[in-house]
Amino acid sequence: MLTKKLLIRVISALSLLLVSNVSFALSAEEQKGLDISLEAKKRDLGWQDSTADMLMLLRNKQGQESIREIKMKSLEVTNDGDKSLTIFNKPRDVKGTAFLSFSHPVEADEQWLFLPALKRVKRISSRNKSGPFMGSEFAFEDLSSFEVEKYTYKFLAEEELNGLKTFKVEQYPVDENSGYTRRIVWIDTEEYRIHKIDFYDRKDSLLKTLSFKGYKQYLVKHWRADIQEMINHQNGKSTELKWSNYAFKTGLSDSDFNRNSLKRAR
Amino acid sequence: MQFSLDKASTIALSKVLGNTIKLSITAITVCANLVFSNPLSANEVASDVEFEVSGNVALEQRYFFKDALYSEQLSHSQSSFSVEPELYWQWNDGSDSIIFTPFYRVDSHDDQRTHGDIRELAYIHASDDWELRVGIRKEFWGVTEFQHLVDVINQTDGVEDFDGEDKLGQQMVNLSLVNDWGIVDLFLLPGFRERTYAGEEGRLRGPLVVDENNVSYESSAGQQHLDFALRWAHSVGDFDLGAYWFHGTNREAYLSPSPKASSSSLVQYSLQQYYAQMDQLGVDVQATLGDWLWKFESIYRSTGVEDFWATQGGFEYSFIGVFDSNLDLGLLMEHSWDSRGEVALGAQGSLLQNDLFVGARLAFNDMQSSEILMGFGSDLDHNAFSFLIEASRRFGDNFIASFDVRLLQSNEPSDLLYTLSNDDHAQLSLAWYF
Repeated sequence: MLTKKLLIRVISALSLLLVSNVSFALSAEEQKGLDISLEAKKRDLGWQDSTADMLMLLRNKQGQESIREIKMKSLEVTNDGDKSLTIFNKPRDVKGTAFLSFSHPVEADEQWLFLPALKRVKRISSRNKSGPFMGSEFAFEDLSSFEVEKYTYKFLAEEELNGLKTFKVEQYPVDENSGYTRRIVWIDTEEYRIHKIDFYDRKDSLLKTLSFKGYKQYLVKHWRADIQEMINHQNGKSTELKWSNYAFKTGLSDSDFNRNSLKRAR
Repeated sequence: MQFSLDKASTIALSKVLGNTIKLSITAITVCANLVFSNPLSANEVASDVEFEVSGNVALEQRYFFKDALYSEQLSHSQSSFSVEPELYWQWNDGSDSIIFTPFYRVDSHDDQRTHGDIRELAYIHASDDWELRVGIRKEFWGVTEFQHLVDVINQTDGVEDFDGEDKLGQQMVNLSLVNDWGIVDLFLLPGFRERTYAGEEGRLRGPLVVDENNVSYESSAGQQHLDFALRWAHSVGDFDLGAYWFHGTNREAYLSPSPKASSSSLVQYSLQQYYAQMDQLGVDVQATLGDWLWKFESIYRSTGVEDFWATQGGFEYSFIGVFDSNLDLGLLMEHSWDSRGEVALGAQGSLLQNDLFVGARLAFNDMQSSEILMGFGSDLDHNAFSFLIEASRRFGDNFIASFDVRLLQSNEPSDLLYTLSNDDHAQLSLAWYF
């Protein structure tokens, strides 16, 4: 079953590669940039489903802090974007609010929000990619699942970062609603983990830097960082994400990602 | 943001509690049956129960700009305090849960607004493709913002707020079936809840007070009539669809003036509530197309008194990151239509027979979740309008302050809004969440 899934993913990745080759005639740098992301995606395939707790620490220029406590459930979907359920616990006034997303590599994502005070499920527009998530320095698009098709690529150089050998790759968002003109991503050559991302705004000036710290490997395969720190260079604010209780292959299925599960999510 | 202006008598807390106890026994029996008929889950029950308490307490201050229109009404200032804790238990990894949400409000003037309710006391069992929910619950249907036309399961808690979005808990047995072609919900609704209306001292009411003790029903079963509803809901690509049939007691009472027993020789009148039986068909559709949300709701209601159609439809358009900032601006427009047309005050019908609503929602997307909502409603058949602003912001981690202003105006003496035209007010509330 798993090998079959893997095979399908590899074949689809290969066919994408072929199509890309034929229609765009990629330069060597573009091809290498794409290959790196395909390899990174391939190495993480087969996690099936995962759950994790996320603590968000929002800091403003004056050092004032505000906390968001969030639970995430995700489901790997073969040949499509992942499904995810985001459940808010803090701040207290939004406790019980939950967010269901079916992401798609190219078409618009499908998103629903559950508002506990009214017991209302609201389908929302997924166009808002560039807006801040919960008042943080993370935009919605920074938190959505990585799909190879969402970017075009250009390999820049091999560079050493924090004592690690990394590929430095430029990524250009395909979606015109993205808040970025480009991202520069540092991926280590050994395990294909992302260590740093520079985000450039629509005017192509450096907006934010995201750093990944404390990588741990789960099920002898899947690397996840314990800490992600986003610094906004333009407004001086920062947001730190602390992940805990990562679990994979917990037995989640499609039935955990529908309107009913959204309404009772905790 | 609903502009329903209904008021009804508060159910005495004892009545509520009476119903609740009956129901909670049903809930516990069903729960016990489920748990013990399944030996696997029975074993796990004791080991892994998670318990959680949360909720909020809130202080609210209203100020009415003009003097009261009717002599018994409070003059300008009205204060109140409310508490709504939520107790939650879950076991079997969340497959089974019990939720209990009591609510109580104390009001400085309106004794009908001093009231309590059990918003929720329910047991929920979730399986892969079905879910059973038994007890007192709240169920919302619909997609539009200015009027919740298709939302029918719960009775409106009319004394709570002007917008009619607060609902009384409804006793129910709800079986939800998940299929590839949509979710089907079956509801059995035993025990009807009468609407709450402002009392003598309360503002935001017409010249006559609705009498909580003068209530009649079409059904001989009265409040014990067993209502029934069947709903289908599905998402197909960009479309979210819903359709239902409801058979049972009309949540909207027909109100008629009735002489009140009085010690003086002067005959006083109050409004009698009459709850008819109804069959209602409803549909709701939302198309989510990029930055546009297109929304449509429609009902067909048939009672012994009348048959009619009503619709609510419109759109919401979002501008992301306006003025080169993090601000999101949403523009809303909706139209209400009712086949009964314009009606005289006191006659049966709808206030929203040909009304246009426009609104703007500004989300600051800041750390404090600051938000401003503005709405303007206008009757296109005669000169009447309503205007509202709602602004809210978080303070610290656990406080939310909200400031609302509502203005109502009508030049048409037959319009219900005309009787409320002295009730323009501002409201400040501070809620602490725990």
